[in-house]
Amino acid sequence: METQQEQLLKTPLNRLHRELGAKLVPFAGYEMPVQYPAGVVREHLHTREAAGLFDVSHMGQIVISGTGVREALESLVPVDLGKLSDDQQTYAVFTNAEGGIEDDLIITRWSEEQYFLVVNGACKLQDLAHLQANLPDFSIEYLDGRGLLALQGPAARGVMQQLAPEAAALTFMNGVRVSIDGVSCYVTCSGYTGEDGFEISVAAEDAEAIARKLLDFTEVEPIGLGARDTLRLEAGLCLYGHDMDQATTPVEAGLLWSISKPRRTGGEKQGGFPGAQKILAQITDGTQMKRVGFVVQGRAPVREGAELVNASGQPIGRVTSGGFSPTLNVPIAMGYVEIDYIAPDTEVFALVRGKPRALKVARMPLVSQRYFRG
Amino acid sequence: MSDIRNELKYVSSHEWIRLEEDGTVTIGITDHAQDSLGDVVYVETPEVGTALAEGDEAGVVESVKAASDIYAPISGEVVAVNEVLEDAPETVNESPYDDGWFFRMQPSDASELDKLLDADGYREVVDSE
Repeated sequence: METQQEQLLKTPLNRLHRELGAKLVPFAGYEMPVQYPAGVVREHLHTREAAGLFDVSHMGQIVISGTGVREALESLVPVDLGKLSDDQQTYAVFTNAEGGIEDDLIITRWSEEQYFLVVNGACKLQDLAHLQANLPDFSIEYLDGRGLLALQGPAARGVMQQLAPEAAALTFMNGVRVSIDGVSCYVTCSGYTGEDGFEISVAAEDAEAIARKLLDFTEVEPIGLGARDTLRLEAGLCLYGHDMDQATTPVEAGLLWSISKPRRTGGEKQGGFPGAQKILAQITDGTQMKRVGFVVQGRAPVREGAELVNASGQPIGRVTSGGFSPTLNVPIAMGYVEIDYIAPDTEVFALVRGKPRALKVARMPLVSQRYFRG
Repeated sequence: MSDIRNELKYVSSHEWIRLEEDGTVTIGITDHAQDSLGDVVYVETPEVGTALAEGDEAGVVESVKAASDIYAPISGEVVAVNEVLEDAPETVNESPYDDGWFFRMQPSDASELDKLLDADGYREVVDSE
């Protein structure tokens, strides 16, 4: 136990987390705050009502540069990067030869020859190896240790207005380089809560000062991984390794919207990414299973791994994320079911400690997203 | 520091036990346990009339983060459950030793009560975690 803890990496905000009384747990190889003294429910509701500050420095930040880098990246993701202008970003997935998902990521175009990638903490080393193996002719710079802060919630924009007005003018999925108190930051209008808000990439040595500056605002409270998970679950956002993985395709995962039209059958840049044949066939022919959201009937939470059955008790799927929604005050979940059961309001059952618990398929997001699109 | 009350008995699985004047025992989870769990959102108590042996699963307490089993600290029959927890599970966080009790048992073997930990014994359990 102790040797394990010694091996855990620390983010640039580790000292601040301790000072704030965080409960620290191992996550993606880092010692991360799961909650602060306020607790998951209060932290969650505060983010929905005001603004929350999240340390997401465990995520991987990678810069790829070189002539022709756009086409090279497009060979790994089913996205048309040509539609992005400078400082615009897009969601994407790295697919594998079987059409499964290796990771999901955000790609920001910094210039025609330079792209900035943010990938999951638990996948970042594999992602790096994947990029190095497939794009050997490009400069791939892993910004190891760089800080990444997320400021999320309806009060986030007002706070940003007082620190960096140019960033406060951003619309969803756009970025800008700004100076906050003389510290150079790359700010994007993005996040993982369903709220309006920002993500701030900052050098490790400046991350704590920026975090303290944000926490000085009465609207801003520190938020841990516990609330980050309940917020993203309400917002219908996938957690890699749980709601999708190497054996799940983006079509099954309900991420068809992330596959650019030009990369689909009949598009001008059709295919050309790993697993394209399977994924494009699924777009046309459909899939056997699909990811859906659930509202649990009753009070007992239904957790990840619970088997789903129909009214006759036949297995029809499984829960991949489950917990309690502080906003709706009911248990909610996400999971995969056979295609006959995906319609909203379909009743299915989860076996929890031997007892069947009713769930209703619900349209995602379960709590409305409030992205600022201008 | 979590609140460990001297007048109560404990087991190492973080339940507390109060000996009532009528010979029954009241059972709940400790302040330390509710603090580790975080915000409690669901409690499943045993049914009145259930016969439980020491160490049997008696119910479940679920926080936003995780589910955790509740064990019978002694053998006996369940004679009452705290129905408040059905609609207000957060009572477990707010008042773990009073309003947030889980269930009451009629012990079938009084000698089991002697094996329960006192406050100092439970303090050692918490400190060793």
